[in-house]
Amino acid sequence: MSDGSEVDFDVIVVGAGIAGCVTAFQLAQQGRSVVLIERGEAPGSKNLSGGVLYCRGMEKVFPDFLDEAPVERRVTRNYINFLNAESSVGIDYKDARLAGPVNAVTVLRAKLDPWLAEKCEEAGVFIMPSVRVDHVITQDGGTGKRVVGVQAGEDQLRAHVVVAADGVNSFIAQEVGLRTKPPLNHLATGVKCVVNLPRETIESRFNLTGDEGAAFAVVGDCTQGVGGGGFMYTNTDSISVGVVLRLDDLTAKEKVATEVFNHFLSHPFIAPYLGGGEVAEYGCHLVAEGGMAMVGEIAMDGLVVVGDAAGLTLNTGLTVRGMDLAVASAVAAATGIGSALDQMDTSKVGLAGYREAFFASPAGQDMLTYAKAPGFLEIERMYQDYGELFGNVLYGAFNLDDKPREHLVKVALKAFKKSPVKIRHLISDGLAGVRAL
Amino acid sequence: MKPLSVPELLAKNRFELDEEESHIEVNQAVVKATGCGKAVVACCPAHVYAEEADGTLSVEYAACLECGTCLAVAAPGALKWHYPRGGFGIQFREG
Repeated sequence: MSDGSEVDFDVIVVGAGIAGCVTAFQLAQQGRSVVLIERGEAPGSKNLSGGVLYCRGMEKVFPDFLDEAPVERRVTRNYINFLNAESSVGIDYKDARLAGPVNAVTVLRAKLDPWLAEKCEEAGVFIMPSVRVDHVITQDGGTGKRVVGVQAGEDQLRAHVVVAADGVNSFIAQEVGLRTKPPLNHLATGVKCVVNLPRETIESRFNLTGDEGAAFAVVGDCTQGVGGGGFMYTNTDSISVGVVLRLDDLTAKEKVATEVFNHFLSHPFIAPYLGGGEVAEYGCHLVAEGGMAMVGEIAMDGLVVVGDAAGLTLNTGLTVRGMDLAVASAVAAATGIGSALDQMDTSKVGLAGYREAFFASPAGQDMLTYAKAPGFLEIERMYQDYGELFGNVLYGAFNLDDKPREHLVKVALKAFKKSPVKIRHLISDGLAGVRAL
Repeated sequence: MKPLSVPELLAKNRFELDEEESHIEVNQAVVKATGCGKAVVACCPAHVYAEEADGTLSVEYAACLECGTCLAVAAPGALKWHYPRGGFGIQFREG
């Protein structure tokens, strides 16, 4: 090989999340020797997501994914809601076409990821749980530093390629200089709990049949005006519910993350859905929200970065994506690594097929299409003023307060006058939205 | 569902406590000089951090959910934070 040294495996994958498992699985299927190193007791034990996986990409990797994998519910109902202190205005979008073929499923990662790891093992991947990778091992090569392996405690493992699938905090990507500390407006903290409820209760409260599922996305008073939003996703017999808070705004407004979380869960719009439930687990996760701006170099000599570690998340306001991008980057990485191994060139140049394949994929193209979405979602008015404005217009229309009615246009204009939102904002934000989304 | 306190929420989780080694170290001098302690305390979803009467930032590392929010919010050099040793720390059963 290009590094000319003995290796223990063709490829070392660090992190058994979605990106790591899919990369390892596909490389093993190519006949490569692969080790998958996971710091948790078992694959999945360190992994947490909000809960919606757009699953078409996953089905290409595992054709029987929907029948075999432990997924929760098939999302057929998307509820987008502007929440105010006393009112809520929402769009309730339910569509049978979202179930045939299935577009998105809710998942619980501590249940899904062990299945993915099992598939890896069946394909011949060697899995090492309870091992934390402390550093990568580098050597000086012709084109600068080259990654040749990993160090875990006293142990060293060497490979032609190391795959950093170590999540949003990727210490590996930082160590090798592929990522610097992102600005706070590109980061959010997700705080979530899983609430157990009988499945019939969930189905009747959310108006679902069988394994249909609902995904609620909420902005406004749910986060006490902090940029971000609330979410509520139905699992088979539990609900994943929580908030995602942009860190620049959370710190600027001096709010306490857990107080915002509790405010959302006890909000009169949310609380009835959770009534009688029992908290099964509480967790949190850092979210990279910079979109394309967070994606820098994703390969160097002897190493590629995939999934969250590569900054691959995408919040378009309507869909919040990460896991499907992890799948797409893993598939592209396995392709790129495969051809690099075939050509016996695992330098950055040899691995260039990864970046090419990723940005040629539908998910990669979406990263480019939505490059302006994060800026749009930073518009302050989204998180309070619009919701109140919509609520006040509708209140004016529905509240028959024993006074003569006015035309809706007049009601709307009056609500505008009271609102900090001006017509010009509506136009500029609308245009920004059209350009970004 | 009545709202639970953070300790009550954390009690629902399974932790494999590393009794020998904390994965978080605070550089009190940097915290003091930059005043970043308040933000770190407010952002941590597990209430790992607390500001003590003498102005220092104390750490209850056993409660850590390993999200990395503190490291993102803290001033450079204020925290030394890495993942717990293999097999230790939070072990999600739901995720």
